[in-house]
Amino acid sequence: MPAIQSPATEEIHPDVALVARAKKGDTAAFEQLVRQYERQIFRVAQHITQNREDAEDITQDAFLKAYEKLDQFQGNSKFSTWLVRIAVNESLMRLRKRKTSKIVSMDQDVQTEDGSIPRDFAEWRPNPEQLYGQHELGDILRKTIQGLPPGFRTVFTLRDVENFSTEETAEALGLSVPAVKSRLLRARLQLRERLSRYFRQKSGGPIP
Amino acid sequence: MTCTDFLKQLTDYFDGQVEPELLAEVQTHVRECHHCEVVLDTTRQTISIYREHEIYEFPAELRERLHAAIMKKCTGAR
Ligand SMILES: [Zn+2]
Repeated sequence: MPAIQSPATEEIHPDVALVARAKKGDTAAFEQLVRQYERQIFRVAQHITQNREDAEDITQDAFLKAYEKLDQFQGNSKFSTWLVRIAVNESLMRLRKRKTSKIVSMDQDVQTEDGSIPRDFAEWRPNPEQLYGQHELGDILRKTIQGLPPGFRTVFTLRDVENFSTEETAEALGLSVPAVKSRLLRARLQLRERLSRYFRQKSGGPIP
Repeated sequence: MTCTDFLKQLTDYFDGQVEPELLAEVQTHVRECHHCEVVLDTTRQTISIYREHEIYEFPAELRERLHAAIMKKCTGAR
């Protein structure tokens, strides 16, 4: 899905018709929207909460909220952006409720300089796909993103995993564009730094 | 351009949004500074590796169960 769209085009997104029908009580139209976005909503929730059961609950709750509030959806933004915004809020709320979790706020962890200044300047050669099998690579990627502060993880997920534009990410999170850019930079640099531990070129030949 | 200045442009650079006058400076810095060249390359790889790998599974069984639960919750709501 292209992130860039011209504001001049009057092209109507196919979701608009589905939403209009769903608002009138057409369950089949709503079910079509659920089919289209359940995978994405689950993925976003799992990225943010890092917990599969939470992600399942959040996916259900997000669609229920969307269904109940459908009349409030004005169509100023894309339906998917609106839906993701609901799921993100539910996910952050769930993190806050977890007793073990630290403070979860989109504003809080911007102070963390930790890991945002590059220290590892090793090249990744050969590339990670050649170094690791799919299964092991998946473990590394999950472990690494799990270590990010939730606020950074959320911005990275929308912008780089879901391919939202910076503006869409800002809208979904209720942040300014510069705030999204700053968090995105830190998130990317922290992930890069952590992944470097696994992917850095090993001196002395191939990995045993 | 310092390495810190370079990092500040990194996000815009990936988006192709660096101002034309600055772009030449950014490109010169990457050519001359090996550290920033590596940071640029490995950050690009970081983004693409997360973009290309579906790191959480969504098996058909889970999808069907979740879908049924969503529809039950919603249609029972009105
Ligand atoms: Zn430099």
